[in-house]
Amino acid sequence: MDPLALTLIELGAVVFCLGLLARLAGRIGMSPIPLYLIGGLFFGAGGLVKLEGMHEFAHLSGEIGVILLLLMLGLEYSASELVTGLRRSWQAGVLDLVLNFLPGAGLALLLGWGLVGAMVMGGVTYISSSGIAAKVITDLGRIGNRETPVILSILVFEDLAMAVYLPVLTATLAGVSFLVGLQTVGISLAVVTLVLVVALRHGHHVSKAVHSENSEVFLLNLLGAALLVAGLAAAMQVSAAVGAFMLGIAISGATAHSATRILEPLRDLFAAIFFVVFGLNTDPASIPPVLGWALVLAVLTAATKMITGIWAAKRAGIALPGRFRAGAALIARGEFSIVIAGLAVASGVVPHDLAALATAYVLIMAVMGPLAARFIEPVVRLFRRPVSRAAVPVRPAG
Amino acid sequence: MNVDETDLPGLGRRKDFMTASGRRIGVVEYREGQTELIVSTWDDPDTCQASIPLTADEAAALGNLLGGQRLAMQLSEAHREVPGIVTRQFSIAADSPFQNQPMGKACIRTRSGASIVAIMREGEVVPSPGPDVVLHPGDLLVAVGTQEGLDTAASILRNG
Repeated sequence: MDPLALTLIELGAVVFCLGLLARLAGRIGMSPIPLYLIGGLFFGAGGLVKLEGMHEFAHLSGEIGVILLLLMLGLEYSASELVTGLRRSWQAGVLDLVLNFLPGAGLALLLGWGLVGAMVMGGVTYISSSGIAAKVITDLGRIGNRETPVILSILVFEDLAMAVYLPVLTATLAGVSFLVGLQTVGISLAVVTLVLVVALRHGHHVSKAVHSENSEVFLLNLLGAALLVAGLAAAMQVSAAVGAFMLGIAISGATAHSATRILEPLRDLFAAIFFVVFGLNTDPASIPPVLGWALVLAVLTAATKMITGIWAAKRAGIALPGRFRAGAALIARGEFSIVIAGLAVASGVVPHDLAALATAYVLIMAVMGPLAARFIEPVVRLFRRPVSRAAVPVRPAG
Repeated sequence: MNVDETDLPGLGRRKDFMTASGRRIGVVEYREGQTELIVSTWDDPDTCQASIPLTADEAAALGNLLGGQRLAMQLSEAHREVPGIVTRQFSIAADSPFQNQPMGKACIRTRSGASIVAIMREGEVVPSPGPDVVLHPGDLLVAVGTQEGLDTAASILRNG
């Protein structure tokens, strides 16, 4: 068959299947990410159907997917939200980092994957899925709840932590010496600070440079700028994803909101392909051996996120049920765990089992997170001392 | 009244307060401009029993209803000394013959003897509106007059 025809047929079939999977996910009210991963496992290396024709395109699309995921993560919060979030909730953020980084890192060391593996797995277990968390909060009608700002500010902190973590990770994966690594980290910290200052003071200039009333011009400007910045960052040995993320932070205000709206469909498409490509490169046969560890890690890091949420909500003066809701909303891991694992796998310096473990872990957490968030409330109510209506102090008659 | 304002990073802003009956009530204002009315459950003020999306018109109408009630109560209090004088509120419907017309066109005082003492619009009060004030759908008119006069005024506003 003509190679172009084969590529188109394969790509069309895969995207069409993704559509079916996303629809199924929507029907049962779960995140589509685990289904995309399973889809990738099904098609890829060692899977049932082998796809060769679309490999090149899918690989590049996956890279663009990562860039768009990170660009939109940067767009999500304005620079001032990041700064006030950092100031107000750094204690909870640090607790979150310590409690959730250590289980992943510890397991990687236990399995003999070395410091690089520990660095990667720590990141995989640390970062909550802000996409799944936001969707769960909206779907369950909890935006007006008192614990919601607590959850959001922890997600904001994780967002900032990613800005520091990703360059460190890239340097570690590139296998640079400690001194060079320190230098990279120093540079990236300086760049993060610079971008934040620029975004706070002159964010409107950056926004103005890409903004246009014409949505076509705006889309091309945004995408062009994102790919350019990402490419330049990659050329300077900082990961492409970090570049896109910084651009996202620098764009602020109304421009950021309309950019989010305009990029969403593109992000959905390319991110879906990214998840499939990640699944494609993972051999399904490598999953069962690590499934036990993935389960242990899942239970452990669900508990550590619960503790983080409960502690942070308690500090904010929220009652018991709200504390549990806050903890449960943070449990889901998803897109960014896969992004981190994907960076590690692409560098080729981590064992293949790591990809399998990360896949299995995210499969569990992306399903368990929303379920936990939904069912924590009835469970807490079950164990709570029943309050009689008459006992409520200032409730007027009628 | 102490209204709490809380930032919701990435979403917008929440403004709410505790009522004397132990419920939290307020609004969530989204960055994109939508408004949601939130009411907490009776046993857990941290959670929401209802979050009701409101359009700009609906939010303004609700604000008028709540504010108008208070204004009417204050006016009734003030007029209690005068027997036969009553306060009543009229809302301008979307199909009212006087919508987008200056109020003077209705000649309410001449025809009914009742006076329009205030207009509630988008949560704000327009006190002692003159005849050239243009009426909009959703406006709440606070009128003072006799029982019969107010009935006449109501029918003028409804039927022209």
